[in-house]
Amino acid sequence: MQQEVVLAMLAKEPSHGYQLRARLRDALGPLGDAMNAGQVYVTLARLERAGLLAVSEEGADRSDRKVYALTPKGQQRVAEWIAEVAWPRPDLAEFHLKLIAAAAAGLADPLTIVDTQRRELLRRLRDAQRAAMAEPDRSDAALLLEGIVLRLQADLRWLEACEKNWTPRRSGS
Amino acid sequence: MSNAADTSVLRARGLRKDYGRGEGLVRAVDGVDLDVGPGETVAVMGPSGCGKSTLLHLLGGLDRPSGGEVVLNGRRIDDIGEKALARMRRTAVGFVFQAFHLMEELTALENVELSALLAGRSPRAARRRAEELLDQVGLAGRARFLPSALSGGQRQRVAVARALSNEPLVVLADEPTGNLDSAATLDVLHLFESLHESGQTLVIVTHDTRIAATADRLISMRDGAFVDETRLTGGTTGRLGALAGLED
Repeated sequence: MQQEVVLAMLAKEPSHGYQLRARLRDALGPLGDAMNAGQVYVTLARLERAGLLAVSEEGADRSDRKVYALTPKGQQRVAEWIAEVAWPRPDLAEFHLKLIAAAAAGLADPLTIVDTQRRELLRRLRDAQRAAMAEPDRSDAALLLEGIVLRLQADLRWLEACEKNWTPRRSGS
Repeated sequence: MSNAADTSVLRARGLRKDYGRGEGLVRAVDGVDLDVGPGETVAVMGPSGCGKSTLLHLLGGLDRPSGGEVVLNGRRIDDIGEKALARMRRTAVGFVFQAFHLMEELTALENVELSALLAGRSPRAARRRAEELLDQVGLAGRARFLPSALSGGQRQRVAVARALSNEPLVVLADEPTGNLDSAATLDVLHLFESLHESGQTLVIVTHDTRIAATADRLISMRDGAFVDETRLTGGTTGRLGALAGLED
């Protein structure tokens, strides 16, 4: 889990580790199932060492007694992160070049590669859609799943364009 | 011959549809074999003009093939008489179209009930069945509305209710989400999922990947023929996190 995400999820108020994890679970729904608890605590320890989090102990006998709060430096990092413009870019160039290389060297039929890729994306689309439909109305996690569905649809439309592009070349070669 | 073929609700063998002749001959459907098992949802996808709508018309007896067989529940329907074919279409098959094809001067309830009346049910039974179905598709409160007073998604739900009115062996849907915006599409997706869960056999031809992704099996069609088949069940659970950027 990205350090800034963990920091920002603590910005509302000082929290126990389990409270932080509950907040992440609510926001991510079924996607949060894959989230590893240990990973979150490792990130918390790193943030503490970096001086971005301050830890106070309540009871002091178990790790979950720890309360994590942002330091001024942590607050500044969150503010910067919120203002940052970043957007994940899917690696389309790799797939594009795979089709070109496969066709040029006769390694494989580009249309077969397109079909295989489409099959995988459709399975993911089905999974994401089912997960979205299983969420209660207006849940935060449903919104995230909708984003995944829309991106997969965009990828599938691009595959359609790939198919169109490579179809006449195959019959002409 | 596999067992799947023996228990198929809908089966096609060597199905062909030609238009024109000589130099102008077009094979709209060119040698299609298909088996749809009970309770299965099959989606056929392909670019426009690939022959998928023609295929659906042949499967539902709306059009006759130039060659090959269509077998519905063990009975050939490609070579039966007009009267028997019309009867089969009214009672054994439910159709859902992109443009809804509702009667504009009839209410939602009357649209649904008409199809049961045409199949020979009593007015009382037809009314009761129509009310149940509209309730099932979430439109009990809109039963007395004319189609023009309903949204696109609601109209399509009425059309689905109508398709179900005679408990068809199979529902055939041609671009059921083709005229709908994204919210209405989601509505129809929910409805098709619940049909699927209730065990309704479904064949959907579409180029909407969202509705195609609800299928058990997805067939790609190009130039009148099937070129690829994908089983979508048995998914990739746990990999969604990667798509959302939660894993590296």
